[in-house]
Amino acid sequence: MKRILLVIVVVALYVLHQDFWFWRTAHPLVLGFIPIGLFYQACFSVAASLVMWLLVKYDWPSQLE
Amino acid sequence: MIPAIVVFIYLATVLYIGIFAFRKAKGREKAEDYFLASRSLGPFVFLFSLFGTNMTAFAILGSSGHAFSNGIVTFGLMASSSGLVIPLTIFLIGTRVWALGKKYGFMTPVQMFRDRWECGHIGTVIFVVQAVLLIPYIIIGIMGGGTTLNAISGGVVPYWFGGAIVAMVVMSYVFFGGMRGTAWVNTFQTILFLLFGAIALIVIGVGMGGFTNAVQAIQSSPALAPLLTRERISPLYFFSYTFIPLSAIAFPHILIFCLTARKMNQFKKTVIFYPLCILAIWLPCVFLGVMANRVTDVPQIRAKQEARRVLATQGKTMAPEARDDLREKAAGDDVILLLLERYAPFWLAGLLGAGIMAAVMASDSQILALSTMFTEDVFAFYGGKRRFGEAVQVQTGRIFIVIITLFAYAVALRAPETIFELAIQYAFSGFAALSPLLVAALFWKGSTKWGALAVTVWTAAAVAAVAIFQQVVPAPAPAPGQNPNIVVCAVGGIEALSRTPAGTAVFGFMPVVPMVIVSALLMIVVSKITRTPRATTLARYFKLEAT
Repeated sequence: MKRILLVIVVVALYVLHQDFWFWRTAHPLVLGFIPIGLFYQACFSVAASLVMWLLVKYDWPSQLE
Repeated sequence: MIPAIVVFIYLATVLYIGIFAFRKAKGREKAEDYFLASRSLGPFVFLFSLFGTNMTAFAILGSSGHAFSNGIVTFGLMASSSGLVIPLTIFLIGTRVWALGKKYGFMTPVQMFRDRWECGHIGTVIFVVQAVLLIPYIIIGIMGGGTTLNAISGGVVPYWFGGAIVAMVVMSYVFFGGMRGTAWVNTFQTILFLLFGAIALIVIGVGMGGFTNAVQAIQSSPALAPLLTRERISPLYFFSYTFIPLSAIAFPHILIFCLTARKMNQFKKTVIFYPLCILAIWLPCVFLGVMANRVTDVPQIRAKQEARRVLATQGKTMAPEARDDLREKAAGDDVILLLLERYAPFWLAGLLGAGIMAAVMASDSQILALSTMFTEDVFAFYGGKRRFGEAVQVQTGRIFIVIITLFAYAVALRAPETIFELAIQYAFSGFAALSPLLVAALFWKGSTKWGALAVTVWTAAAVAAVAIFQQVVPAPAPAPGQNPNIVVCAVGGIEALSRTPAGTAVFGFMPVVPMVIVSALLMIVVSKITRTPRATTLARYFKLEAT
């Protein structure tokens, strides 16, 4: 069950990467100069790091060692 | 000249680190020590050297150049997709390869394939395809070194001399330091170019008087406004690009690096921090590449903007050679160097130049990987190690490093850079198409050596076919607002095969998508109709996999 949830999270993250929301617009400009699409992808990178942390915490293959 | 002096001090430091690693390894002339640092890298060195190994000149020069021409989409296409796919493959594949390597003593991917599928010469075929796809990287690294030193010194250091210096420095620390020296140098280099991004953003931002006005000016220009969005890149093309990072774990130098960790726990930090490291280096470089479009007081950047304008307005009526010439003039791989020259003080330009050199010199681990592969997969496999002993094997590896570096330098002096830039494009797709080999070897008991051979031959044929297609059908000129593609084959009104300004499209996807899918299908179909290895061989692998 835990592994199924993790797979769903990873697939959801992959879908989020495709960015169906901001790809045609630069607005709003974050802090007045960062296009929203670039800000979205930067946030995605932070989210990817958090998902990796989840994988390491809940699905680490310690059996291999 | 001051920036060039700072860069030379950096090169001397790198050389010293390599020699220091050699002295530390004295008396331990074992192949495993020279090629894998005795599988003893700690968490900090493992994270930074693995990340640094994967970041080539493209991370700084190429990313800002691509963003200069294509806009912010560069980050989503190449950086954030890699930030998800690469750590995921390290987590799923890297850890398992590390465990198998530790248990059975593998030092190269081909050694594992030979053992897993009970094959000999098929492993040699895989080695040849991997080596052919890897060599252009080493050549482009030396070319990048020559070009960068030439640019940083304001032309005082000629291209041939800059390339020779970079080749000599890399060859020396890899020759003496082996994997330990390469990993330490990579760690030092990674720290340098991670700092580079933030410092360059601040220095250039201050020099430009902040970015707000520049962004608003770009937005109000109809020709430049699309650079702040993703609308010029189709969703299918964007989706295709997420297949490219599959190549990372299939690159021999990355997989061999995975074998150097002291403990499996060292992968934890690497997997978690990898997306953040990519963010730290790519975000500033992509943003600065876009901002370069608003710089009007640097003649070289203005010339690029003008070449791009001519290409967009008159490209359709030009001869293919004239279009290629304009495309080269419009290329932005040196915009970040030009921005630094314009906005950074001399001493800082030198430090930042060293940061760029750090990224350019990533070919060290590729040279070492090729040497490891040659000595293990060819020299040792065909009896050299048994006949001459391990010390001779290490010396053979060192001689191979000298030969491959001299060969790469000789080619770098004679051949145009664009050839190797193209070869690298194909190499990414090629290694991505080889990734099903690893998945099948580690996760599917039913896979066979004939399935592996089918994947390897298909990859080589597909890479060659795309390369020939792009040579035969010249790239069309970009036509903003229209479809510029040359349709070679259509099925029911849908473009099945077309030549695009950026490459090739198959049903709207990049070639890497069908290449990976066909690879996976070939592995399944051919394995289903051929015999699997013995039960005892499978037990060695799948007992280990029972997590």
